[in-house]
Amino acid sequence: MIIKCPHCGPREASEYTYIGDATTKRPDHNDTDMDKWNDYVFLRENPRGAHAEHWQHTSGCRSFVKVLRDTVTHEISGVSLEGPWQVEDKS
Amino acid sequence: MSRYSAFSLIKNALSGHENWQRTWRAPEPKPHYDVIIVGGGGHGLATAYYLAKEHGIRNVAVLEKGGLGSGNIGRNTTIIRSNYMLPANTRFYEHSMKLWEGLSNDLNYNMMFSQRGVVNLAHTPGQMDAFARRGNAMLLEGVDAELLDVEEISRRIPGLYTGQNTRFPIVGGLCQPRGGTARHDAVAWGYARGADKYGVDIIEHCEVTGFIKAGDRVTGVKTTRGDISAPKIGISVAGNTSTVMKRAGIDKLPIESHVLQAFVSEPLKPLINTVVTFGAGHLYISQSDKGGLVFGGDLDGYNSYAQRGNLPIFEHVAAAAVTMFPNLARLKLLRNWGGIMDMSMDGSPIICTGPLPGMYLNAGWCYGGFKATPAAGWCFAHTIAKDEPHALNADFTLERFYNGRQLDERGAGPYPAHQ
Repeated sequence: MIIKCPHCGPREASEYTYIGDATTKRPDHNDTDMDKWNDYVFLRENPRGAHAEHWQHTSGCRSFVKVLRDTVTHEISGVSLEGPWQVEDKS
Repeated sequence: MSRYSAFSLIKNALSGHENWQRTWRAPEPKPHYDVIIVGGGGHGLATAYYLAKEHGIRNVAVLEKGGLGSGNIGRNTTIIRSNYMLPANTRFYEHSMKLWEGLSNDLNYNMMFSQRGVVNLAHTPGQMDAFARRGNAMLLEGVDAELLDVEEISRRIPGLYTGQNTRFPIVGGLCQPRGGTARHDAVAWGYARGADKYGVDIIEHCEVTGFIKAGDRVTGVKTTRGDISAPKIGISVAGNTSTVMKRAGIDKLPIESHVLQAFVSEPLKPLINTVVTFGAGHLYISQSDKGGLVFGGDLDGYNSYAQRGNLPIFEHVAAAAVTMFPNLARLKLLRNWGGIMDMSMDGSPIICTGPLPGMYLNAGWCYGGFKATPAAGWCFAHTIAKDEPHALNADFTLERFYNGRQLDERGAGPYPAHQ
């Protein structure tokens, strides 16, 4: 599996560390609603097919990237930077 | 249904093996059953068997989308052990071990259950301390455990490299002598034959495409072979739990699907007489009765529904195997395969009533599904028949995550890929 890093170009997946589902969103720290935290920490959609997920290019530029990958075919349809370095797609 | 025995073998040999009966029937689905089990793998078939045998519920259908036993029951490394530390896990897996010990007789089907022992290797003094603690926890629960020093390991496993000239020298290990292996296909076939004998309908090539509901209550299933109703529906579909539960309107579960690879080598003369696990990486290896070395390691590490793995894990596993057994360096592999694991958020299983009325869930087996087959079926049957869990699976709830009562055997936190 090859993931195209926005900084480093196409690199073997073993250079990356898998972080997990990118659709979960951490609730605000002052939020005490147990359902929201349970949802964030434990519950996953776990789709068969298109999946948005975070990887970190740990053996490269160490950026966090969001990868759109199919969980059946492993086909990757998009990679973008995550975090404050996230840039608008100008194309 | 004829009984298998030495006599039946001789009788059929004399008639050229032309007169063996079908092992189970191939019935058409009826419109209504008392219980439907979705998933005709080891767990589903065992559940149907124990529903009939222990609870007298015989009007049962097992629905399987493919051929019988085409999922994880045929995609594992056949290892059986009960060397856990948390009491809920230890008791459950020890119950499973006891069922394994009587299973060939119970089912009149040779499971080729071989209690050749499972040895976990330690490579640091800290690991030995952890093993001593785990061994003591096992002994307190009445499970057998032996702490071995490196001389004893060297004596018991002749091909294993126990010298110092390696990155992770072996300092000792923990052995469960009653652990071992069984013939995985025989488990599926034996339970199928046993359930069929009690009148359970095993319906292959029948995929559940949706659920019929009355309000919240699940009252039946829509399948590729027509609608079937039942007041109780058990879901036992291993790596496809999320997919099947979505069809019932449950969009999120504390489960991720990951692929786990396994490998088998060309056959060798007897070399490894036990099950050995590497403690400084992740590898478990044993030798099948046909002579092939059967081994596996870590998950590939990312969500996957593909029943095949990638090369980095293969490289890791092969490297660990050669580190332990340098004489395997030129061994050729026959094949490898991947199975889809239901990785739960704490590494422990779920056997419970719900999450909808009329529904029962058996899921989240992570790596432990094969060895759990008898007890999972036994406990799931009890849960379905009595509408409440048995003491052995009372802790395996779906709510434990919300309630902070996770069974995190490995202490890895809510990261399925790290369990």
